[in-house]
Amino acid sequence: MNSALDWKTGSYYQNRRLQQRIKKAVLFIVLSAVGLTFVIPFWWMISTSLKSMDEIMQYPPSFLPGHWRFHNYVETWTSIDFTRFTLNTLMVACISVTAHVISNSFVAYGFAKIRFPGRNILFSIVLSTMIIPGFVTLIPQYIMFAKIHWVGTYLPLTVPGFFGNAFQIFLLRQFYLGIPNELIEAAKIDGANHFYIWRKIMIPLSLPAIIMVAISTFTASWNDFVGPVIYLTNESHYTLQIALQSFKVSSGLNQWHYLMAGSVIALTPIVVMFFLFQKYFIQGMNISAGTKG
Amino acid sequence: MSLRQSPSAGRRKTRLSLERKEALQGYMFVLPWILGFIVFTSGPLLFSLYVSFTNYDFTSRMDFIGLRNYEHMFDEDPLFWLSLKNTAFYVVLMVPLTTIASVFLATLLNQKIPGMRIFRTVYYLPAVLSGVGVYMLWMQLLSPDSGLVNVVLSWFGIEGPGWLFDANWTKPAIVFMKMWSVGGGMLMYLAALQNVPEQLYEAAELDGAGVFRRFRHITLPMITPVIFFEVVTTLIGGFQIFQEGYVMSADPTTPGSPMNSLLFYNLHMYLKAFQVFQMGYASAMAWFLFAIVLVITLLNMWISKFWVHYEGGDGR
Repeated sequence: MNSALDWKTGSYYQNRRLQQRIKKAVLFIVLSAVGLTFVIPFWWMISTSLKSMDEIMQYPPSFLPGHWRFHNYVETWTSIDFTRFTLNTLMVACISVTAHVISNSFVAYGFAKIRFPGRNILFSIVLSTMIIPGFVTLIPQYIMFAKIHWVGTYLPLTVPGFFGNAFQIFLLRQFYLGIPNELIEAAKIDGANHFYIWRKIMIPLSLPAIIMVAISTFTASWNDFVGPVIYLTNESHYTLQIALQSFKVSSGLNQWHYLMAGSVIALTPIVVMFFLFQKYFIQGMNISAGTKG
Repeated sequence: MSLRQSPSAGRRKTRLSLERKEALQGYMFVLPWILGFIVFTSGPLLFSLYVSFTNYDFTSRMDFIGLRNYEHMFDEDPLFWLSLKNTAFYVVLMVPLTTIASVFLATLLNQKIPGMRIFRTVYYLPAVLSGVGVYMLWMQLLSPDSGLVNVVLSWFGIEGPGWLFDANWTKPAIVFMKMWSVGGGMLMYLAALQNVPEQLYEAAELDGAGVFRRFRHITLPMITPVIFFEVVTTLIGGFQIFQEGYVMSADPTTPGSPMNSLLFYNLHMYLKAFQVFQMGYASAMAWFLFAIVLVITLLNMWISKFWVHYEGGDGR
């Protein structure tokens, strides 16, 4: 109340500015401290991956490896067939990305820009499927894929992607609704059909949204665990996630230097992608934060 | 009469056929989704509903046994109740903690401070990572003999628990790990905070409202729609926790260990379906989970009427 009385005098402003400065300094310190706790696990993972087992077990722990054993990575990479598992994962991820980008932009265009009877009902069904827990359809899908002898192949992991994903259809439809109809009408007058408009006008115009879909599909596929665990029966077909899991089981949870090297290997591609496409990650996850647990 | 009518009738006909052509193209475009919906969603849903009333074991038998699976679930399978309890415990602990943490971090980030973009990136990065790599990292961080977490606790004179090796601490350990990846929710809240009109704060400040009253009476009501959305989706996701129990078990060969403390609902269902192939029973469990998720969502929507504040006032 005092400050309200002498608000015309200079001391009010000086006080006020000082207050602001202190507030900002405190805030900066708090933000840095929180930021440090977010970073430390990364640093711990890398540092542990470069230590010897003796050094990992010593107390108190060292914050930097005494001797940087880069050889841990060579040993990890060759102890299981990491090259093959990485290539397997990349192949599944790339097919999934292609499938999702094509099918979801195609279907989303239909829902956004073409009028047909029943469109709204169909779209509300699309939205309502998002609430179905994945495990409810997992068991019958497995039975179905087993009956047509697809278990043990990559087909159950890749083929469903060609038939649309509710959330990504929703996302791309939102984006397409923002593109003016006049553009489509003009193309139609020039004699273009919808397929041509989708391929030549919509896809180039919606590139940011498509990159978003591609990135989220890639990370989801890279991190997928349940699918590969159920469908990949042959070890030579394993993806990184389940290869790491069996590596973890076989090493008996005490070879921490190798396990952390494995973690670094599995996480690095996603971290690199994050820094390359940060803008799209933030846009995409912003909306998709909801759909996954 | 007939002479005058025929041209307009003809035009109507071509317009109709144009509309039909347009509609046909529309169906062609959504056809992939319709096929996928039938083959991968609604077909499997109906099939699993039927299977839940049978003793299907994947190879030989598939006899209709009525509600037998559901009776077994409620009356004779203690692990069913344990897995439900584990999951509920995890959800009840995780949802409030991650919500508070992400609102708190978003509020911190919503200030004008140098280096804000770097902070945002750092807080968000862990949220994009998941899978076995992250689980192994946290198994090491929480390891009682060589992990960092208990070392840090010991600096404050606290003797850390056994985390993943102590049945009482396994679920808190998973929640601990989840706190590292609150960045996704945080970004949602940050976007909501940035949409709160500046004038509201200025007006409140002139009226003498302090930081906490401004937060309580302006910020919180304005972001309730996002809180509602986030809580609903985190709840639904939380009930479907599976991998953490499978991968982070203390005994790598026994998913859910120690003492089944990480035996979550979906993990129990998975083991029933794919380890002992009791597909009928597992399908009954799946449908019960579906019912739980539906009820929780509807309940949430009903409760939201009392606390979620929508700007337009028309409920949306």
